[in-house]
Amino acid sequence: MKPSLMSRMMRKAKGLMFKNIPMMINCREFENFMIDYFEGSLPKQQVRVFEFHLRICRECRDYLGAYQRTIEVSKRVFANADDPVPDDVPEDLVRAILDARER
Amino acid sequence: MHYKQGRLHLFLNRLERRVSEARKKQLTEASDEELIDHVLAHNESAAEALVRRYGGWMLSVALRLTRDRALAEDCVQDAFANVFSRLSSFERRSSLKTWLYRIVVNAALMKLRGQRARKESDLETLLPNFDVNECRIEEPWRRILTPEQIVGSEHMRSLVLHKVNELPESYRSVLLLRDIEEMTTAEVAATLEISPANVKVRLHRARAALKRLLEPLLRGEVQ
Repeated sequence: MKPSLMSRMMRKAKGLMFKNIPMMINCREFENFMIDYFEGSLPKQQVRVFEFHLRICRECRDYLGAYQRTIEVSKRVFANADDPVPDDVPEDLVRAILDARER
Repeated sequence: MHYKQGRLHLFLNRLERRVSEARKKQLTEASDEELIDHVLAHNESAAEALVRRYGGWMLSVALRLTRDRALAEDCVQDAFANVFSRLSSFERRSSLKTWLYRIVVNAALMKLRGQRARKESDLETLLPNFDVNECRIEEPWRRILTPEQIVGSEHMRSLVLHKVNELPESYRSVLLLRDIEEMTTAEVAATLEISPANVKVRLHRARAALKRLLEPLLRGEVQ
């Protein structure tokens, strides 16, 4: 059996499970909860539902891990700028600003 | 006679220099409030003191957002032009630094918007995929690089910056302000003049799209 067919069948089974288990959300609903979960503004009851889905859904676990890693990586890369951070404003920039003010 | 005049001239010169140094020192040590009052009273030395006090910091903010030294210097120049023309209407409800920060961030966003030649990705194609059962379609992640592995490589760092740059402008600016500048949702909403709910939606979509753009790199498929 091809893995793609296998994963399609697994997803179909999961889809059925999401519809029939009480308090279970599907992956699209999980996606819609994500931003509030990260902002800490998701109500307690929904946090439990969110985390329950996370425990049983491999795809959402993987997705969330990569999503969080993306945030970490972009923060770190921007913090690791190659350009030296200027302590003082360069003299020619000071002059240009003040000259523009006089005009 | 000439000798006495020369001495007097020298004395007056020294006195003038000392007075000028004392004034400069006074301005350097003045509070932000006092400095604003001096600038509003058309004191040019105060305007210079203001530029020297905050110019370097504003340049580092602009540099972080634009990643381009020349562009960042233009931002600071535009920001100060704005500061001087609007200083009389500054209501002093927030600190001067907060006000300057918002002005320089806006100047940087304006410059970034002006980069017409930039290649933008179609955001819709980068959002997560779901099947008919509303199940997520996501290839298994057997390996994911650590931030250290990525930050340690100059090529990978530049790739990340390049990919952030590919995000459509309205999404990129939210991501930069929220994740890089670490503004709150309310602050981003006020800066961009959009609703907090809109900030949240754009931020989530920007992160999701960036995740997709960075996938080959995060999976270790890029050397």
